[in-house]
Amino acid sequence: MNASTTATNPNTASDTRALLEASRLQVTFTARGRPPARGVDGVNLAIGQGEIVALVGESGCGKTTLARSLVGLEPPSDGEVRFEGETLGTSTKDLRRYRRRVQLVLQDPTGALNPRHSVYDSVAEGLRIHGVVSSRGGEDRSETQLVAHALSQAGLRPPERIFLNYPHELSGGQRQRVVIAGALALQPELIIADEPVSSLDASIRGEILALLLKLRDDLGLSLLVVTHDLGLAWNIADRIAVMYLGRVVEMGTAEEVLQRPKHPYTKALLSVVPEMDELEPQVLRGEIPDPSRIPRGCRFHPRCPALADGEAERAGVAGDCLATSPDVLPAAGPHAAACHLHP
Amino acid sequence: MSAPSSTTTQTPRQLTWQRRQAAAVRTWAEFRRHKSGLFGLGVLTVFAMLAVLAPLITDRSGLSVTQSTGGVLEAPSSEFWLGTDQSGRSVLTLLIWGGRISLLVGLLATAISMLIGTVIGLASGHFKGWFGAALFRLTEWFLVIPFLPLAIVLQAVLGASLANLIFVIGVTSWPGTALLIRSQTLSIEERPYLERARVLGAGNWHQMTRHVLPNVMPMVFANTTLTVAIAILSETTLSFLGLGDPLRVSWGSMLDDAFAAGAITTGAWWFLIPPGVAVILVVLSFTLIGQALEEIFNPRLRERS
Amino acid sequence: MSALLEIQDLSVTYRTREDDLPAVRGVDLTVNAGESVGLAGESGCGKSTLASTILRLQPPSAEVTGAILVEGEDVLTLGWGELRALRWAGASMVFQGALHSMNPVQRVGDQIAEPITLHDSSVSARDAASRVEELLDQVGLRSATARSYPHHLSGGQRQRVMIAMALACRPRLIIADEPTTALDVMVQAQVLALLADLVNELQVGLLLISHDLSVLGTTCDRAVVMYAGRVIEQGAAFDLFARPRHPYTTALAAAFPRVGNHAARYAPAGLPGDPPDPRDLPSGCTFHPRCARAVDACSGHDPRLLSIDDGERAVACIRVTQEVPV
Repeated sequence: MNASTTATNPNTASDTRALLEASRLQVTFTARGRPPARGVDGVNLAIGQGEIVALVGESGCGKTTLARSLVGLEPPSDGEVRFEGETLGTSTKDLRRYRRRVQLVLQDPTGALNPRHSVYDSVAEGLRIHGVVSSRGGEDRSETQLVAHALSQAGLRPPERIFLNYPHELSGGQRQRVVIAGALALQPELIIADEPVSSLDASIRGEILALLLKLRDDLGLSLLVVTHDLGLAWNIADRIAVMYLGRVVEMGTAEEVLQRPKHPYTKALLSVVPEMDELEPQVLRGEIPDPSRIPRGCRFHPRCPALADGEAERAGVAGDCLATSPDVLPAAGPHAAACHLHP
Repeated sequence: MSAPSSTTTQTPRQLTWQRRQAAAVRTWAEFRRHKSGLFGLGVLTVFAMLAVLAPLITDRSGLSVTQSTGGVLEAPSSEFWLGTDQSGRSVLTLLIWGGRISLLVGLLATAISMLIGTVIGLASGHFKGWFGAALFRLTEWFLVIPFLPLAIVLQAVLGASLANLIFVIGVTSWPGTALLIRSQTLSIEERPYLERARVLGAGNWHQMTRHVLPNVMPMVFANTTLTVAIAILSETTLSFLGLGDPLRVSWGSMLDDAFAAGAITTGAWWFLIPPGVAVILVVLSFTLIGQALEEIFNPRLRERS
Repeated sequence: MSALLEIQDLSVTYRTREDDLPAVRGVDLTVNAGESVGLAGESGCGKSTLASTILRLQPPSAEVTGAILVEGEDVLTLGWGELRALRWAGASMVFQGALHSMNPVQRVGDQIAEPITLHDSSVSARDAASRVEELLDQVGLRSATARSYPHHLSGGQRQRVMIAMALACRPRLIIADEPTTALDVMVQAQVLALLADLVNELQVGLLLISHDLSVLGTTCDRAVVMYAGRVIEQGAAFDLFARPRHPYTTALAAAFPRVGNHAARYAPAGLPGDPPDPRDLPSGCTFHPRCARAVDACSGHDPRLLSIDDGERAVACIRVTQEVPV
């Protein structure tokens, strides 16, 4: 593609004016009669202006919970979410203002659209809720113009042709574009996309991902992409944060994390990705433990190949692995892993 | 992609209206395929026409006891097609006018019941926390109130009038609707597009009116027809027991009169059977229509979501 | 050795009130014992229809022509009793979406035992239970799992249960329809490793259906790619994935980029347009509207599946096979 969009991201320096930041974030779920489940257990994460960050992990790692609390749908139990330095309020009024600047694109485009609303209604919904009729920057625009603009930004041209269609008349790719248009209509600065292409056919994924990249390039939109697909992260992310059981276990640029992984979990994940034939597949046994029973010490230690085959022992850190949990990684900074063996 | 090309003359809203009309036409076409529903609709139309046109086709004086011209409990004849009652009034006239009351009470009581039931059902399904729970408890509480004792008590306290009758029926039948709406609401609340609405910044009102209610409406519609059937039966029961408005004739009161006049022992079937059959027919037709509507709306709900 | 499964010129058309929808159009496919064959394609290509037709599970509105030979016998002409015997004991299926394929109010152990007792009513409850234990062990689950209900289990565990169910009556052929689609990459690796082991140990034939070409490339011996009801490419699985020849296969393979391949960095590869609507298939080669290599002849000629590379690969594309349209 274009070489001008370099692989180095603009915000690795720690001074960065992070657009959206999670600081020591914790989200704990309590259910009657059961021990509390720490869905997000201490996370620092920062997304800079015009940056694309991929939040990678398997189901149960807390990435969706983290995404939802970043967008204000899930109040944090501890820690805070800051947007442009300001802590996120919990009142509906504060959140309303926030919604115009940070939006969420959900996983399943078919479910995300009300089947009884036309495309026009779905895209105009955000505008109507916020009473937006004229865009920022002085130019007076009608609702129809704003809807058309958002749809064409999402790649549906000419937009008028699709105004009256209903979701079931559209293909999966088109539906996802409509959902994206709905988010774009409010002209946010950051979009959080939860598995944006996982329910779409393989051959049209590329188009949607290319659209997301274009939005970053043309509009300066920042993106947090939540996904379990490492290939997707390789495709579009500047930086990657790998999550396991509520914590970020590795963070760095895409090249660093995916080509020079430090944490044994990241290495194992990479090794079983079918497209990777350089690494010996390390199929971990068992599954991610229940978030209400997080292992003591390093939370990954029961499944850690480095501990199991003695590598940790030889390096003298095996004791730490069993007893102490590695520190929470900083929100931005050089390539780091929450691991005693390969910090 | 099969969009009609729009823009030039009409606004999206006008075209949405056109689409809604087209959808209504489709619904009607599908309804026509349900023979039972059509039968019900036909029967109901006949009764409705009779009720509406009553002042034109019969003489109101036919209801007056003092102006009755027939003999006591006369069998059907060419003058009185359904014979006369114990005061000499034409049973046919009574039947037609009685239909007005029965249908009126049924429809008004249903309107009250649907209104209360839908609002409370929606609210108790939407609001989590103590408010929704409190409404749910309220619904359950009203659900277990026995219909008849309440009706008797209320009539005794408020007096026997048509308005009170409508009130009593409305107040005791809304819980059933509320529970149905509540369970539908709960399932719709889980859908991703509700979450999307919240993310876009929608408040409770927007969520309930723009998303939940439209998706609940088909079920409400189908349930309404069944509720009317129940309301009419309730009115008949109460009037039969003498709890209705003593000044108005309804099918229930006709049955009551027939009983009191000893129609069974004297074999005056023309007084006893017509109101009973009328009630059955009307209730049956509402039920058939309701069932047809449910069949039409439910598969669509399933295939759309 | 004669083929375990041989599909000959299979066509399946759904007849509705308004239209005829051709879901499968003349497909040939072979699976041998001890071999795993991957079937790749996206939604609407006909792969799920094909899979369900093998066990004659297609809906009544579907019209089927051609032959499906399982161990030499044509499934489509079997009598009811023979069909019942075939189902599960001759060939079984692992369905997509394990949670919806299991009875939520029945314990998992009972569900696995069900086909066992159905096929042989003389089997005692104790024998069935021990067979269930054996099966759970084979798929790597603890025997206590038999007493759980489906919603107690994780996605990976449920899928293993589905596999155990498929093995219950010792079939010779297993059809797995998107068995790992909803699973995480680690659990997917576990399930695929399990399937590969089972094929080896039990020498069953496996037809693995997936839209993920990379999965098929690493797990299967051979692979077949379907588009709009036709086979458009087939060959050795890994080779097909690494060196696709048909433009569609190339796009499908590129949709799962190799981590570390710098050409894929910030360059997601996709196809324009949408998978074709069976009601309105494009003329000639059904792929031509989306094909970067299409020429004028492509819209008028439906390419035949022809062998190239000394029979190692077969492709249905006139740009690749140099087929001359008549």
